Amino acid sequence: MQCVKLPVSVTVEINVLLLAVTALALFTRLYGIHFPKAVVFDEVYYGQFLSLYMKQVFFIDESGPPFGHMILALGAYLGGFDGNFVWNRIGAEYPGNVPVWSLRLIPALAGSFCVPLAYLVVVELGYSHFSALGACALLLMENSLIVQSRFMLLESVLIFFLLLAVLSYLRFHKARNSFFKWFWLVICGVSCAFGIGVKYMGMFTYFLLLSLAAVHTWQLIGDQTLSHGKVMFQVLVRFLALVVLPVIMYLGFFYIHLTLLYRSGPHDQMMSSAFQASLEGGLARITQGQPLDVAFGSQVTLRTVSGKPVPCWLHSHKANYPIRYENGRGSSHQQQVTCYPFKDVNNWWIIKDPGRQSLVVSSPPKPVRHGDIIQLLHGMTTRYLNTHDVAAPMSPHSQEVSGYIDFNVSMPAQNLWRVDIVNRESEKEIWKTILSEVRLVHVNTSAVLKLSGASLPEWGFKQLEVVGDKIYKGYQQTGMWNVEEHRYGRSQEPKERELELKSPTHSDVNKNLTFMAKFLELQWKMLTVKNEESEHKYSSSPLEWITMDTNIAYWLHPSSNAQIHFIGNIVTWTTGNITLVVYCLLFLTYLLRRRRKVEDIPQDSWEQLVLAGVVCLGGWAVNYLPFFLMEKTLFLYHYLPALTFKILQIPIVTEHLYIHVLRSSAQQKAFGGVILAVLCSVYMSYHSLSPLTYGQPALTSDKLAELRWRESWDILLRKR
Amino acid sequence: MDVRPKENFSQRQDTSAVRHRKTCKVNERAEIPSQPHNGTINGVNKRITKREGGEHISSPSRDAHVPVFILALVIVLSVSTRFYKITEPPHVCWDETHFGKMGSYYINRTFFFDVHPPLGKMLIGLAGYLTGYDGTFPFIKPGDKYEHHNYWGMRAFCAALGSCLPPFAFLVVLELSQSSTAALIAASLLIFDTGCITLSQYILLDPILMFFIMGSVLCMVKFNTQRLGPFSFSWWFWLLLTGLCLSGSLGVKFVGLFVILLVGINTALDLWRLLGDLSLSLVDFGKHLLARVFGLIMLPLFLYTTIFAIHFIVLNRSGPGDGFFSSAFQSRLIGNNLHNASMPEYLAYGSVITVKNLRIAGGYLHSHWHLYPEGVGAHQQQVTAYLHKDYNNLWLVKRLDNSDDLTGSPELVRHGDIIRLEHKETTRNLHSHFHEAPLTKKHLQVTGYGINGSGDVNDLWQVEVCGGRKGDPVKVLRSKVRFLHRATGCVLCSSGKTLPKWGWEQVEVTCSPYVKETPNSQWNIEDHINPKLPNISLAVLKPTFLEILWESHIVMIRGNSGLKPKDNEMNSKPWHWPINYQGLRFSGVNETEYRVYLLGNPVIWWLNLLSLALFVILLTVASLAVQRRVKMEGMMKVHCHTLMEGGGMLFLGWLLHYLPFYIMGRILYYHHYFPAMMFSSMLTGITLDILLQNLQLLFSSSLSHYLMRGGQSVLLLGFIYSFYLFHPLSYGMRGPLAHDSASSMAGLRWMESWEF
Repeated sequence: MQCVKLPVSVTVEINVLLLAVTALALFTRLYGIHFPKAVVFDEVYYGQFLSLYMKQVFFIDESGPPFGHMILALGAYLGGFDGNFVWNRIGAEYPGNVPVWSLRLIPALAGSFCVPLAYLVVVELGYSHFSALGACALLLMENSLIVQSRFMLLESVLIFFLLLAVLSYLRFHKARNSFFKWFWLVICGVSCAFGIGVKYMGMFTYFLLLSLAAVHTWQLIGDQTLSHGKVMFQVLVRFLALVVLPVIMYLGFFYIHLTLLYRSGPHDQMMSSAFQASLEGGLARITQGQPLDVAFGSQVTLRTVSGKPVPCWLHSHKANYPIRYENGRGSSHQQQVTCYPFKDVNNWWIIKDPGRQSLVVSSPPKPVRHGDIIQLLHGMTTRYLNTHDVAAPMSPHSQEVSGYIDFNVSMPAQNLWRVDIVNRESEKEIWKTILSEVRLVHVNTSAVLKLSGASLPEWGFKQLEVVGDKIYKGYQQTGMWNVEEHRYGRSQEPKERELELKSPTHSDVNKNLTFMAKFLELQWKMLTVKNEESEHKYSSSPLEWITMDTNIAYWLHPSSNAQIHFIGNIVTWTTGNITLVVYCLLFLTYLLRRRRKVEDIPQDSWEQLVLAGVVCLGGWAVNYLPFFLMEKTLFLYHYLPALTFKILQIPIVTEHLYIHVLRSSAQQKAFGGVILAVLCSVYMSYHSLSPLTYGQPALTSDKLAELRWRESWDILLRKR
Repeated sequence: MDVRPKENFSQRQDTSAVRHRKTCKVNERAEIPSQPHNGTINGVNKRITKREGGEHISSPSRDAHVPVFILALVIVLSVSTRFYKITEPPHVCWDETHFGKMGSYYINRTFFFDVHPPLGKMLIGLAGYLTGYDGTFPFIKPGDKYEHHNYWGMRAFCAALGSCLPPFAFLVVLELSQSSTAALIAASLLIFDTGCITLSQYILLDPILMFFIMGSVLCMVKFNTQRLGPFSFSWWFWLLLTGLCLSGSLGVKFVGLFVILLVGINTALDLWRLLGDLSLSLVDFGKHLLARVFGLIMLPLFLYTTIFAIHFIVLNRSGPGDGFFSSAFQSRLIGNNLHNASMPEYLAYGSVITVKNLRIAGGYLHSHWHLYPEGVGAHQQQVTAYLHKDYNNLWLVKRLDNSDDLTGSPELVRHGDIIRLEHKETTRNLHSHFHEAPLTKKHLQVTGYGINGSGDVNDLWQVEVCGGRKGDPVKVLRSKVRFLHRATGCVLCSSGKTLPKWGWEQVEVTCSPYVKETPNSQWNIEDHINPKLPNISLAVLKPTFLEILWESHIVMIRGNSGLKPKDNEMNSKPWHWPINYQGLRFSGVNETEYRVYLLGNPVIWWLNLLSLALFVILLTVASLAVQRRVKMEGMMKVHCHTLMEGGGMLFLGWLLHYLPFYIMGRILYYHHYFPAMMFSSMLTGITLDILLQNLQLLFSSSLSHYLMRGGQSVLLLGFIYSFYLFHPLSYGMRGPLAHDSASSMAGLRWMESWEF
């Protein structure tokens, strides 16, 4: 007994326990993480950003700040991932170039280290090592945390930083030695910033810690033994570490983000032109310095607004439609008009005022407005864009579009088009480069110029077919065009014009945005981008989380019954709910009785209980209740941070009951038995659900049906 | 025998409470250092001593200190500003079209549905009835001329309640700060605010609501001052009056919940203080607790239910609100087709029926000539749930094989039968298939499919009577029926979610794979037309009062959350309100029309905003000083205390009436801010008064005295002058708009967003 009291051996014992717990955690989280070698659930979402990170291509993800992506990208970087994988389907097999193990390693490590952190938090709250061990055991056997840690997802990283923040704040609060005190305070600020950087959800715990710090600081202010100056200093240091430092770090994430991702990418269009110009190879780089308002006499390239099947430009070339197609139908034999997915001098068109002969922009330029009638002249071949009542080559129910050639066969030119700006704000809106989405409506037949989606055969060089659609209804992106490259035409002479068309448009003026301007724009976009509100098959409402009425299917083996589900350990969840209620009852009773000066427990136990309640119960509440106010699509995994805090309070309440409420040793023994029984059933539950957690072994249909403990769980049964 | 002595003891203490109180007061002081010490301030501030420690002074003598002349002035000004031009304009303005109409419904006793509780409209109806309005004016749209109808009575009633607000504010601030200057500032803010005047002059719920809110606050404050004489007559009087006002505010609009919260917090703090008072025995504490439970919970609840009881008794005729309620509810209403209904008792093949969802406010199974848009499941006809009665709710019950036996008596539909349901208007069958439902992605889509009744196997539904056995007939109205889809095994269900614009904002109908019995998936047959069957009078189960009460609340809450902002509409945001960003057009748009524009007096509103910031600064300084135990002179201590207690309470009231709007999903309007504005104005009174009185901290004492007097006069004159400038907003203006220099409002359009 005496050796236990020796300080050295005590330290060693803690370390051994911690080490053992960490080792177990690493085993449960890291064991076979390369399985399944397929995309699991939200990996498909984070993966696309990961690939963009690897290619250093700019993107916007409105779901959270960039630090989370950076962490995942670090794993990919270490594993040597080149970003070449199309993340489009859950369950898609990873090819050899995707380093599955290292992609999943960092979240799994973070998830494992949550367990020793929980141990330290419980000890720091003033509870025994037994309780701390209990918390670890519950976390170790929590299937939902295991599942979420084992894949390329961010929740485990978030929870890691949240626990670290809590732990370091408690250390800071308790520490006497001033060096360690400030050290832990800085760690707290840093880990709060990391937590928020991974997901905005981290904000909730940050605010909890801030208010805790505010209360403690308020007590400090009331301390008469300190001079005004000392108090000022203390308050200032806390403010610097807990407010200024996180803000600077948050900006730092964006700085790194914007520095790393310097290439233009799929989300360019959402940003302002100035922002796009700061990206390498961006669309705006090409179009820099060109006039905004499209005018009569402008030379333009017209690009489809929809990127489907590929982004392409309205194009024509010196080749006519064949007189007869393979199936015997006839054509007008006029010049082909197509859509061409590559930059080419044949993509240039000149906008002409039907009332004037001039092909240059007058001075001052006469802008084209919504509703104006125009002609479109192909720059290199000087044919007018034309459509008429002739069936299109591949889509016979639409009209053929051609560059008009007069063959004197009583087929008059019908080359007037009305400009219909779809995203206009006023009826007299001017056609703007890039910004305006325009429909070109044929004046004679009211057909709309659009991409049919079909490709032309050999005679059309496999380019995309462009048609006039007469039964065009509503809002279709295939019928919308925007001006991409644009310059005001200067030369009336055909030869000079040809030279002008071939000359590059861009001037090399590089508009450098400051970092703050870029940050503010990006942050504003992230907060205001509305993603379509749609219910997911596995989405759920916060009320269902408490009792775990839902689950999420993460992955299903393509042929066997092996599958991975996000299901928690139901015994732990239930115990958590019970202890939550018990804590509230205990707290209320003590509070009221203390007000009447009846002290059931000593003052320090009471303070310990309150602090534990603020951290654990408060942590649960701030990470759970705000979801009731959110309108976005919610999933069960959003409950995990709250769950972690809830699990932490189980052993705390248990220990309190054991020491302070149960007075006789018989009661204590009985209670010990209950604890043991609960732990056993936690293990049983963990063990039974582990095939759904680890995805192996594959179970038979009967066994799976048996695991459907709740009717509302959606476990996939393969029909044979 | 163990209990008795204790009882005696407590009684003894109770009777000798007066004697003991002195000591307990001293105890309290010792605990809270911020409170003034008897010795130091006795001579300095008499008023405070009276409030805090002057228990020997009875309440009548306290009332004598209310500056009667100033109060009378406040009342006269308030009444005259509110009643000036009360009958102008003689046409329907803004929401009068709703609330006037609903007042008429009470006079005509026709049932209607509204998202607010009934008290406000009942009072409007009553006022109209007493002043000779006969309920015949239709109130169709804003701008309709009243002509010979007696509308002034209803307006005068609202204006009368509206003119109580400034005197109430005066009394509240006087009680909290003991300073008649502060009280006068607060009252004149409200008197000269064009927004408050406009909002009080028309047939609206807001003056009634604000009357009850301010009444609750006044009673609560008065009750707080009765702390020293518990269970006395005036103590009970103010307690019960608080309860009365609370039920009134909740009975007008659900916004009343916020003031209930405020009173609740105040009461909880009071009880907490009493619990910590160890000289009070637990039995006494129990009495305090029970008295408050009775006065602030039981009594308001009772009055609130009484309001609804009157509502249901008065409105006994069928009207426009029927379809929102269940079949059982409708059977109470005279003139409804379910009132003393007579129809075939059992469902039969060949019958035409309407099917109503059993979820509260569930709606009728409905379809119409519109398809689901592309990308939303299959491109087939929509099936929805619709709350209004409509011929598109009619469905024809057909046999599985379409062989309709036209001769002979019709066969009954029985539990377990497989039927088709054909939509009468469009002749499409109720259909489901393996496509995701539009909103509830876990469910399957339900469509109308086929033409002239011909369809496929996906049109077959199995009828199941809840709790029934095979072969049981389906009772009209009384059976809970479920429709199980044969091909997929799912059950017809109404999710309760509102479809987007393409679905005409009707409610989604799906086929749920979870076959648990919930009201969402249970339906009843409401109308049943089959000429071949004898009609039997049905005594539908009459619902009890509590069921009606519950149902009408669910319907109201659903209705409230259904008031979503439309995409194209200009939407008022909560941050617009305190800065007076944009008002509301009450009447008139053009130059030729008589225009009334609801907009707060900008001078007053911006002063309020400024004072809020000022208050927060002052509060921070004061609480820091108290926490650091800075030595303070007598007056300073009193001001600190007023700022933290009285100001804190008003600030909390402002927060409670303002912040919740940020998380509300429903559509918001500018006038929602007015209850918060009341609190903000009272707070301004206290803040500015304390600021002016403490100028000697910054300036020399003689200068600060002049500054104080000067500041007070500038404030009052400023209010009056700005009121003079902006009064056409309330009392109506004609002629050119403000951008024209000939207008009466020329040069006063200080913000681009004001529309006058």
